[in-house]
Amino acid sequence: MNFIEYVQLNPFQKFLYKLKMFFVNLPKNLGKFFKFIGMKIAAFFIGIGHAFKFYGTSFVKGDWSTKISYLIMGFGIMVKGQIVKGIVFLAVEIAYFAFMIGFAWQHLSKFLTLGAAGTETIYVDGMPVMPEPDNSMLIMLFSVLAIIVTVLFIFLYIVNIRINVALEERKRNGEHINSLKEDLATLLDERYHVTLLSLPTLLICTFTVLPLIFMILIAFTNFDRNHPMNGHFDWIGIQNFFDIFAGNPKKAATFQSLVGWTFCWAIIATISCYIVGVIIALMINKKGIKCKSLFRTMFVMTVAVPQFVTLLLMAQMLNDNGFFNVLLRHMGVVGEMDFVPFLTAGWNAKITVLVVNLWIGVPYTILSASGILMNIPEELYESARIDGAGPVVTFVKITLPYMLFVMTPALIQQFIGNINNFNVIYFLTGGGPNDPYLYNAGETDLLVTWLFKLTTGRNDYSLAATIGILVFIFCATLSLITFNMTRSSKDEEAFS
Amino acid sequence: MIKSYKLRRNISNTIIYVILTILCLIWIMPLVWLVMTSFSGEGVVYSTNLIPSSWTFDNYVKLFTEIDPSKVNYPRWFLNTFIVACFSCVISTLSILMVSYTFSRLRFKSRKKIINVGFILGMFPGFLTMVAIYYLLKIMGLTQSIVGLIVVYSAGAGLGFAISKGFFDTVPRALDEAATIDGATRNQIFWKIILPMSKPIVVYTILTSFTGPWADFIFAKLLLVDQVDQYTIAIGLWRMVDKEFINSYFHQFCAGSVIVAVPITALFLKMQKYYVEGVTGGAVKG
Repeated sequence: MNFIEYVQLNPFQKFLYKLKMFFVNLPKNLGKFFKFIGMKIAAFFIGIGHAFKFYGTSFVKGDWSTKISYLIMGFGIMVKGQIVKGIVFLAVEIAYFAFMIGFAWQHLSKFLTLGAAGTETIYVDGMPVMPEPDNSMLIMLFSVLAIIVTVLFIFLYIVNIRINVALEERKRNGEHINSLKEDLATLLDERYHVTLLSLPTLLICTFTVLPLIFMILIAFTNFDRNHPMNGHFDWIGIQNFFDIFAGNPKKAATFQSLVGWTFCWAIIATISCYIVGVIIALMINKKGIKCKSLFRTMFVMTVAVPQFVTLLLMAQMLNDNGFFNVLLRHMGVVGEMDFVPFLTAGWNAKITVLVVNLWIGVPYTILSASGILMNIPEELYESARIDGAGPVVTFVKITLPYMLFVMTPALIQQFIGNINNFNVIYFLTGGGPNDPYLYNAGETDLLVTWLFKLTTGRNDYSLAATIGILVFIFCATLSLITFNMTRSSKDEEAFS
Repeated sequence: MIKSYKLRRNISNTIIYVILTILCLIWIMPLVWLVMTSFSGEGVVYSTNLIPSSWTFDNYVKLFTEIDPSKVNYPRWFLNTFIVACFSCVISTLSILMVSYTFSRLRFKSRKKIINVGFILGMFPGFLTMVAIYYLLKIMGLTQSIVGLIVVYSAGAGLGFAISKGFFDTVPRALDEAATIDGATRNQIFWKIILPMSKPIVVYTILTSFTGPWADFIFAKLLLVDQVDQYTIAIGLWRMVDKEFINSYFHQFCAGSVIVAVPITALFLKMQKYYVEGVTGGAVKG
C-alpha cells in the first residue's frame, strides 16, 4: 500500500492497517531491538577494553610519579605541582581503605549468605552457646553502601590517573599548570556543572539510589512477617515473582485482580478528568463569557487546599451517616433510616472514588488547559469559520487535535500519577471494603496501597518490594518512551 | 439575520453561565461545608441537619487552648510542619534550580545519559522504598523526629528538574552568550541573569516545595510512628478523625483544616499566575 492509498483510508481502517503492520513488523523489530541491545553491550565491553589499553599504555609511558600514582593516588599530582589537589586524592584513598577494612568488610563478607541464622549451637571453651542471629537487614544495607562507595572510589581513581596523564602532557609541552586558585575558579565557570551537581547527586545517591538497590535486593529474599526486623533472612531467588504470577494461588489471584482494577482506575480516571476538564476550560474561555477569572478561581480553590484535607473531609461526607446521606434523606430519595453505602459496598466504592477523583483532578486540567487554549492561533478558527465550519467541527478538527498534541506527555504523566494515586484511595476507602478472597487487600485497593498495607500492617516486605519493582518497571518504561517521543527532548535547543 | 445570531449567542452564553455556576457550586460545596462545620456548635459528628443549628467559635479556641500532649497538640503540630516546610523548601528549591540549570545550559560529557538516568529515577515514587529509607534513617538516628522528615522531603528533590528545565530551555541563549563576552562566569550568569529572568519558575518551585510537606502523609506516618509531639499537621489531623478520636474531635478537625487551608489557598491564589506560567512554560513546547 503506498502513501496515497493510505491517506485515503478512514481513521478506523488506518488504525487496523497500523495494527496489522505492527504485527507484521514485530519479528523484524524484535530482531532489531535485540541486535541494538547486543551492540550496546558489545560497545560497553569494547569501551572497557579501550580504557584498560589506555591506562596500560599510560602506565608504561608515564614517568615515575605517574607510575606511583597507580598505587598511591594523588602522588603524581602532588609532585607535578598541584599539592592540595594531590593531598585530597590521597585522603580519599586513605579514607576509602579505612572505611572498607575498618567497617564495611565485616558486613560485605557476609553478603552472599546474609549472615548466620544462629540456629546451630557453637562451643566456646567447651560450653554450648546459642549465638545471636545476624542482622541481615544491616548486612545488606551496609553491603550496598560499600558497593556504591567502591564505585565512586573507582571513578575517582580513574580521574586521578587522567589528571596525572594530562598534567604530564602539559609539563612535557611546557604549558601552564593551574594553581589551586585557578583550579577553584574553574569550578565556577568551565566546570560549574561539577559544583552544581555534586550536592544533589550525593543526596540522591544516599536517599534514592541506595534505598532503590536495597529494595530490589529485598525482592529476592524471604524477608516477611515470619522473619523479625533485626533477625536473619535468606536469599530465595525469584520465588517472590513466581509466587505472585502463579506459585501462590491467593497472592496470584490478588495480584491479577489488583492489576486489573489499577489499570481500569488509571485509564478511566485520566480520561474522565481530561475530558471534563477540557470542556469546562473551553466554557470558561469562550468568547463573551464574563468573570473568567472568578470562575477559574472557584475551581482552582480545590487545588490549593491540601489534598488530605479535602479527602478526609470527603470521606466523612460520604460516610453512611455523613452529609450526602443526610442530604438524600432530606430530599426524600432514601428513607429516614436508610443510607447509600457510598464507600462500604464494592461497586459503589469504585464508582465513588472515580467521581471524587474527578472532583480532585479536573481543576488541574482546567489550570493547564486554559493556558494552552489561549495559545491556539486565532487565525485557525477564523479561516475555519469562513469555510463554514460550525462550533462542533471546529472543536473536533482544531481544538481537540491541538490540545491532544500539546498535552499528550502531560496526559501520560497523569496516567502514571493515577497508577500511583495513593491519596485518593487510601484516605477515602483505605482500600476497602475488604475482600476475604484477596491477600490482605480490598476491592478498591491499587497496587500501591496494597504495597503500603503490606509494608506497614503486615511486614510482608519482600512481597511489597516485588510489587514495587513491577510497578516501577512499568512506569519507567512508559515514561521513557513518551519522554523520548516528545519534541522537547529532541528540540532542546529550539529556542536558543 | 444579525439579530437572530445575537439571540442565539445570548442563549448559548446563558446556558453556559448556568452550567458553570452549577459546576462551581458542586466544586465549592465541600469547602463551604467544611467552614460551616468548623463553626458548628452541635456536639455530634453526624448531624441530621444540613446547616448547623447553632454557631460558635469554640472549635477554634479549643484547638489552641485545650492541649493534651499525649493526644492532640495542634499548635505544636502546626509549628513542626512550618519548620519542616521552611527547611525543605530552601533545600529543595536550591537543588531543583541548580540541577535544572545545569541540565539546560551547561554542556558536559555524558550529559544526555545523566539526564535520562535522572529522569528514570525521578519516575520512581519515593514511598515504594519506604522500608529501606526507614531503616537508613534509623541507623542515622533520625526517625521519630522532624529532622528525618526534612531529609526525606528534600533529599530527592533534585530529580524533579523536568518542568524547570523545560522553562530554562526557553530563555534565549543569546543572553548567556552576551554575558560571556562581557566576561561573566557561568556562576554569575546563573545567579544574575537566568534566575531573575525566570521568576515564574522560581516562584512555582518555591510554592510546590513549600506546600509539599503540608500535604504529605505517607512519610510522616512512617517516620513519626507514635511521637505525638513531633507529628505534622497531615497525620495529626488524620489522627483526629480516627475512630478513637472522631467523636470528640471532629469539629476541631474541621477548624484545624480551615486554619491550614486558608494560608495555603491564599498563597496559591496569589501565585496562581506563576503556577500556570510554570506549568505551561515547561509543557507548551510539548
